[in-house]
Amino acid sequence: MKKLIVAFLLAATPLLGLASGGVHLDDADIDLTDQASLQRGARLFVNYCLSCHSAKYQRFNRTARDLGLTDQEVKENLMFVADKIGDTMTIAMPPADAGEWFGTAPPDLSVIARARGSDWLYTYLRSFYLDDSRPFGVNNVVFKDVGMPNVLWKLQGLQKAVFTEHEGQQVFEKFEQVSPGSMSPEEFDGAMRDLTAFLTYVGEPIQVERRAMGKWVLLFIAIFFVLAYLLKKEYWKDVH
Amino acid sequence: MSAEGVDLKKRRFLTAATSVVGAVGAGYVIYPFLASWAPSEKAKAAGAPVEADISALEPGQLMRVKWRGKPVWIVNRTEKNIADLPSLDPKLVDPTSEVPQQPEYCKNPTRSIKPRYLVAIGICTHLGCSPTYRPDVAPADLGPEWVGGFFCPCHGSRFDLAARVFKGVPAPTNLVIPPHQYLSDNVLLIGEDGGAS
Amino acid sequence: MSAMKNMVAWIDDRFPLTKVWNEHLAQYYAPKNFNFWYFMGSLAMLVLVNQILTGVWLAMMYKPDATLAFGSVEYIMRDVDWGWLIRYMHSTGASAFFIVIYLHMFRGLIYGSYRKPRELLWLIGVVIYVVMMATAFMGYLLPWGQMSYWGAQVIINLFSAVPVVGEELGVWIRGDYVISDVTLNRFFALHFLLPFLLAAIVFIHIVALHKVGSNNPDGIEIKKGPKGNRWSDTAPADGIPFHPYYSVKDIVGVAGFLFLFAAVIFYWPEMGGYFLEHPNFEPANPLKTPEHIAPVWYFTPFYAILRAVPSMAGSAFPGVIAMFASIIMFFLLPWLDRSPVKSIRYKGPIFKAWIAIFVVVFLVLGWLGTQPATPGKTLLAQICTALYFAFFLLMPIYSKMDKTKPVPERVTK
Repeated sequence: MKKLIVAFLLAATPLLGLASGGVHLDDADIDLTDQASLQRGARLFVNYCLSCHSAKYQRFNRTARDLGLTDQEVKENLMFVADKIGDTMTIAMPPADAGEWFGTAPPDLSVIARARGSDWLYTYLRSFYLDDSRPFGVNNVVFKDVGMPNVLWKLQGLQKAVFTEHEGQQVFEKFEQVSPGSMSPEEFDGAMRDLTAFLTYVGEPIQVERRAMGKWVLLFIAIFFVLAYLLKKEYWKDVH
Repeated sequence: MSAEGVDLKKRRFLTAATSVVGAVGAGYVIYPFLASWAPSEKAKAAGAPVEADISALEPGQLMRVKWRGKPVWIVNRTEKNIADLPSLDPKLVDPTSEVPQQPEYCKNPTRSIKPRYLVAIGICTHLGCSPTYRPDVAPADLGPEWVGGFFCPCHGSRFDLAARVFKGVPAPTNLVIPPHQYLSDNVLLIGEDGGAS
Repeated sequence: MSAMKNMVAWIDDRFPLTKVWNEHLAQYYAPKNFNFWYFMGSLAMLVLVNQILTGVWLAMMYKPDATLAFGSVEYIMRDVDWGWLIRYMHSTGASAFFIVIYLHMFRGLIYGSYRKPRELLWLIGVVIYVVMMATAFMGYLLPWGQMSYWGAQVIINLFSAVPVVGEELGVWIRGDYVISDVTLNRFFALHFLLPFLLAAIVFIHIVALHKVGSNNPDGIEIKKGPKGNRWSDTAPADGIPFHPYYSVKDIVGVAGFLFLFAAVIFYWPEMGGYFLEHPNFEPANPLKTPEHIAPVWYFTPFYAILRAVPSMAGSAFPGVIAMFASIIMFFLLPWLDRSPVKSIRYKGPIFKAWIAIFVVVFLVLGWLGTQPATPGKTLLAQICTALYFAFFLLMPIYSKMDKTKPVPERVTK
């Protein structure tokens, strides 16, 4: 019987390993309890993303509360279009126009981190490269033929991608800096880590609180388990 | 049923302990279900304090703004209206606003922050109809002693221009004065008073 | 007489309260040798209650409208106090339900709980499983994400593969030419209704169980054995009252289960994309199919069987037949097993080997169903499909020729 259970578990292990596939993704290494990082990420988000992308399920006052900011600070630093603190992060651009300008409407980013994963976002944001064949002159290594221009080029500078021929296929090897941006590569990586952290937070605003709550819930159930087990043991003394 | 070798005391203790912890756990499970019925962030955002610009409100006029889905009246009372208020006291149920239907800072003869402006929730305290504004003096339907006020068409409740209820009508209490504050001379914020109450 | 006793007497004159309590709990004698596998029945009921309760609450906040559904789920996750917890209890509960039920069915499989006199009990159980699958399938459309949409698209197209009437059937189920608002609306209504039907069938399942009595890991009928135990002179010697012995034991099982359940809810609600699939966080888009469509994990073994069978004469119908047949096999099980013994403990090496093969095949098919099809994987899926059916269809032969061990008179520890 025991062997059967072990066999069962062993056979189940391949199910747990999730294949990533495709391009190697860099580890985003974000820390959602680092409010300063989230605040910097929020500033980047409203300055560089929120003109084309919405986060229409995320409210400004919720953001303020979770990022340790006052409503007033959020109003002054993060709100340009919306006027009420209870509003969600919407944009004025009609999706139809956006579809015409970019080929496809820029997606809402409320849950993008849950759809794509933090590592993907972190890698994607840093993987734009010059490509004359594309309408905006840039392409992306992890999102081939992406419709989005590289809005962060002033910070990052421009880079080109080096591909090598591998069994008749173009395989990405590395980036080469063409012109410098206003940030050093390390600073830019840090900024993108902040932005990724913010987007990950927006994906599920409750997550830090949820995990913090988890240990108390498990502790409580563990205590209940011990009591129930002792009770069972006591009653089962009758059974021979 | 035989009970040889049974430690009843221990059994009772463990049964009680498991039951109590289990009941506490059930309480913890039930709580989120009950709490989920509270107004959501969306409802709170929709019910956020509203600003009202009263610069264009002439004496004797009433304007309505919507706060938390309810009509809020702002009335610019005339000098005469204000002068009439004390004379009505004997006919009122609660002339001195003893029942807490208003923030502390509006527990005064005019039930307002500034005597001129009445801010009140326009929902009758009887069964929730919205009374009509009747500034006219001594109209045929309201009688010769009417000096202006509010009349509820549903069940005939009457209120004066400080939103105080008259005796002998179905409504039990004065109309509710919402928390509010002046952001400037001409701009009112309804729904929030900066903790003044 | 105390007030409590008076009240019970008052009720007993009008409703058989004490009678029901005794017949089904205090004087219901269950075999004393239940092991780990016997927790699953009570856990399944717990999860069903969880699903109904959280589901009703979600229905108070969810909007079954193609333009609003996705947003209303995010509304629950963000704007409603504790909405996230109720939603995760429901989404994790769906997977937990299938885990518990698969273990419950496996228990029946290894201890021969489907054998005479429990054939009908087993059949009712399989009906529960089928209704559960229908409920889960309809529920999965409701978040209106990409996987919801395209998963439903693929499954409904199975019906379109039926010859002659298929196309019409697909349109009728959808109520439209594609999955649309209409489909979402009717799936929501049925997803709300079916769990109550499920609860009713579970009740019938338990009535049937208490008629024939519980099986046990030895596969011995305790009712046929000697009588008399410390609680009753007429009860089976190997039986113990369900209450308090199994009620306190089941509480331990419940606590253990809740520990794992809460761990998933609070730490891994997505479970690596198996409980909540990543592409389902993109709103349904009828114009863009995700790169790789996989049903939720609990359907993948059957999905793999579907894909393993090639289309014949330009029709995908054979695959559909194979998939439905793979579920029908469970209904036939009571009449396929010809072994003289019930429990795996006394069955011979051939039967044990086939059970092991079946478990491996089921898990491999489950894994294959999550993977994109490649020629190698399709071949593996075909081998596994053949073995899956062989396990059932060859059972009358191998179960008969197997060398069994003698079954003891009384249950063992």
